[in-house]
Order: sequence, then structure tokens, then C-alpha cells
Amino acid sequence: MANIGDYMSQEHRQCDEAFARAEDAVASGDWAAAQAAFEAFHGAMQRHFALEEEKLFPAFEEATGMSGAGPTQTMRIEHEQMRRLFEEMKQAALARESAQYLGLSETLLLLMQQHNIKEESMMYPMLDEALGSRAGELIAAC
Amino acid sequence: MLRFDQAPPFSVPLRFFLTAPAFAFLAALVALRQGPALFESRWSPAALAITHLLTLGVLGMVMLGAMLQILPVLAGAPVARPRAVAFAVHAGLALGTLALAAGFLTAEPALMALAMGLLGFAFAVFLSALAWALWRVRVVSATVAALRLAGIALAVTVLLGLWLAAGRSGFGAMPAPALRDLHPAWGLLGWAGMLIAAVAAQVVPMFHMTPAYPKWMRWLPFAALGMLAAGWIAGPVGLYAGFAATTLWLHAKRRRRQPDVNFVFWRAAVVCSLAAALVWLATPYWGGQMLVGVLVIAGALLSVVTAMLYKIVPFLAWLHLQARLGAQAPNVRQYLDERKQRRQLWLHLLAVALLAAAVTAPQFFAYPAAILFAASAVQLGSNLLSITLEYRKRAAS
Repeated sequence: MANIGDYMSQEHRQCDEAFARAEDAVASGDWAAAQAAFEAFHGAMQRHFALEEEKLFPAFEEATGMSGAGPTQTMRIEHEQMRRLFEEMKQAALARESAQYLGLSETLLLLMQQHNIKEESMMYPMLDEALGSRAGELIAAC
Repeated sequence: MLRFDQAPPFSVPLRFFLTAPAFAFLAALVALRQGPALFESRWSPAALAITHLLTLGVLGMVMLGAMLQILPVLAGAPVARPRAVAFAVHAGLALGTLALAAGFLTAEPALMALAMGLLGFAFAVFLSALAWALWRVRVVSATVAALRLAGIALAVTVLLGLWLAAGRSGFGAMPAPALRDLHPAWGLLGWAGMLIAAVAAQVVPMFHMTPAYPKWMRWLPFAALGMLAAGWIAGPVGLYAGFAATTLWLHAKRRRRQPDVNFVFWRAAVVCSLAAALVWLATPYWGGQMLVGVLVIAGALLSVVTAMLYKIVPFLAWLHLQARLGAQAPNVRQYLDERKQRRQLWLHLLAVALLAAAVTAPQFFAYPAAILFAASAVQLGSNLLSITLEYRKRAAS
């Protein structure tokens, strides 16, 4: 049976890979490649957030009654913080400002990874526990 | 209701981080005053004073402050009443460490008694707060399990330390010599080792982008605690050597290869851990205890703790500023000139190398090592202060 924790953690690693590719391209000064790599990373992150915010979190909130001040709310707030950084990184990539981009990407990495630690060690196990057999269909539907 | 966003106010961890370099500087001053004689015996009053200025005043200071900050992240377990806990733990630890160092240097029983009271109080508050947070956790991850065991090891270390202090100052019988070795073993191989291994298991794969540590390594803290409880010190030494070697191997496969001061600090810590394990194994044939102490405390633990400071402090500055200023908040690289960080890295590495050299040839290296260590402490303090001042300036604007 599909397990939310394994599937979503795997997506985190794929996003990390895309993040590193974009950072390498910026550091090497190849801006055409950097902008493409950033877009690939950005797209992967948006799809990952959408799966959580539109499918998994609502199903969890419905199953547990935990919304409002619950853990999913914290995750959504951190997604918003990351989205603001994506916008700034995009501007930096378009303006070809490598120091600005690398400072922002370092900031994003810290925010993103402490977020991932929370999700992988707490949020996803709670999702698997609350959603049980529905987990497979929610993931398969995307 | 479960919340894991309850990051404490910036002042909670920051007071610990800003205090730590001052204790490193104090340790260097005692070393300067003592000169080459310092390296004659690890039981000399000055060696004991310096060891505790570093382990309690620097390493303990940063670890306890960081724990109050990262428990919500690592364990979804915020500490209750963070301001009051931070005030009590910080004040007790700082004053208690000063009293203890002064007690060692003067052999004055009243100072030792004061130190026992203050440190006993600080650790009792910290361990109660830790226990309260960690035992309420719903999802017990490998990290939470490791932190619980590290907490137990810290409690044992503190109790053994209080016993030794009581014996030394004439309040009770001095424990048997075998017990004197158990206090550093539980402190370094128990508490510090388990805490760093638990943090590394999260931080190394995620921030250096390496493959994950092998799953069976989750048993390391359980095995280490069991071996320590059985009084078998070689066991955990071997386990941590294995963990350090694995980190080296993971680092070779790292995906993120941007030049990074942080990475060099980690690399130094791993190399010093492995060297310490080798020297420790050779110690029965060649008295290397002093060198093991230098490699573990200054080489391994201080390097990791410094690496963490350079990540945590700018990130917290950003986190608190972006809540107020949004996109106007400077990014994490804009609080401190990277060259200053690099300068401190080199001062630190050179100080560790000179300290190691001073163990074998104190007449040549004791003073240069102490001077370099002092310079590194001053640079670290000035770097952390720069970040804080930049934060204050932006927050006020």
C-alpha cells in the first residue's frame, strides 16, 4: 500500500535535486540554464505544495477536526514564506544577480529543510495515521 | 492542540549564543596564565577549570540554548514558559560555571558549594523543561528517541559531576578513581555525542545534500547508552568512530558543492573525531588522554557548535525580521561579511592544531595555542555581535 510519508519524502529529495541544479547553474554564471533550472525547481515545489494544500491537508483536517490553529496551518504559513522567497529568487535570476540569488537560496534552504524535518518526522506520520487506506487513492489521484 | 510553530522569542536562544565566546576567551586567559605547565596533567586545577569553562560555558551554553530553539522543529515539542526557563538556565549556567572555574583555581570550598548549587539548579530546570516537552510527543521519531536518551545521559553526567565536586571540596567522600572517568565519558560520549549524532543525522543529509545515514544507525544512541551503563567506554568510542567515518563517506557523495565555511567546520569535526578515537585506542600504550581531550572538545565539538551558530543565528535573524518586514528582510548572507567568518575558521583550525602540538611540546606551543584560541574566541564573539547589531538596526528601521 502506498504510504504518504515515503511518497512525499521522495518528492522532497527530487525538489532538493532541482534546487541544487539551479544553484550550480547560477554559481557557474550560465544564466539561460539557471533560469530554466529555477523554473523546473519552482514548478516542482508548486506541484508539491498543491498536493498538500488541496488534497492531503483538507483530508486530514476533515478526518481529525484539526484545522484553524492545527499543524496544517503551520505548514501552510511556511509554504507562504517559501513562496515569497521563490518570487525574490525569480527576480534575482531574471536580473542576473548571482550574490542576491545565492543569499536567497541559502535562506530558502534553511527554511525549506527545517520545514521538511517537521513534515517528515511529524506531519506525514500523522497524515498516514489519520488517513490510513485513503492515503493511496489521494496520492494516486494526482 | 498540537502546534509546531511555537518558535520562542529571539532573545531566548540568543543570550546563550552571545555568552559562549566570552567563556572561550576566559579559558584562553587561564591557559595563558598557566603556560606550558597546563599540559602536565588533566587533573591539575587549571586543566579542570579550562575543561569546564569550555564544556559548560561554551559547548553546554550553545547546546542548551539551541535545544530550547530547535525542540519545536525536531520534536514538535515546544518548551513551556521559554522566557523564564531561558533566564533561569542561562543565569545559573553562566554564574555556576564561573564559580566552578574559580573553585578549581582557588580550591575554596565555598566557591565549589556555590557552583554546585547554581549548576544543579540550572540543569534541574533545563532537564525538567526537556522532559516535559519530550515525553508529551505524539509521534516518537528516531530524533526524539535519541534526544530522550541524551537527556538521560546529561542527568547522569550532572549527578556524577556533583558527586565529584562534593568530594573535591570535602563535603563527602571522594569517589573511586574509576568513577572519575565515568563523568567525562557520560558527558562527552553520552550527552554530547548523542545530541550531535542526532542533529547530524538530520542536518548533514539535508544541508549538505548527501544520501541519508543507514537506517540501522538509529540504534546508535541505544547501543551507546547501554554500553556506557555497562561501564564499557571502548564501545561508544568505536560507535562514534563508525558514525564519523560514515559522515566522511556521505560527504564524499554530497550533491551541494558550493564553497561553504560551514562545510569545512563539519569536515574538521569529523577528522578530529576519528583522530581522537585512534589516539584513545592507543592510549594504554601511550598517554594520550590530554590529546584526546583537545581533539574531542576543541577539535570536534567546538567545530560543530560553531558551524551550527553560523547557520542558526542569521537564520533566526531573518525569520524574526521577515515576519515584520516581509521581502525587505535581508537574506541570511547579508548579516555578516563572509570573510570574517572565514577568518574565524582559520583562527580556530590553527588554534586546534597548536593545542594538539602543545600536548607534545608545551614549551614551544602552549603560549601560541592560547593566543590563537583567544583570537578565535574574540573573532567569533565579534561575528555573532555583528549579526545581532545588523538585526537590531533593521528591526528598528
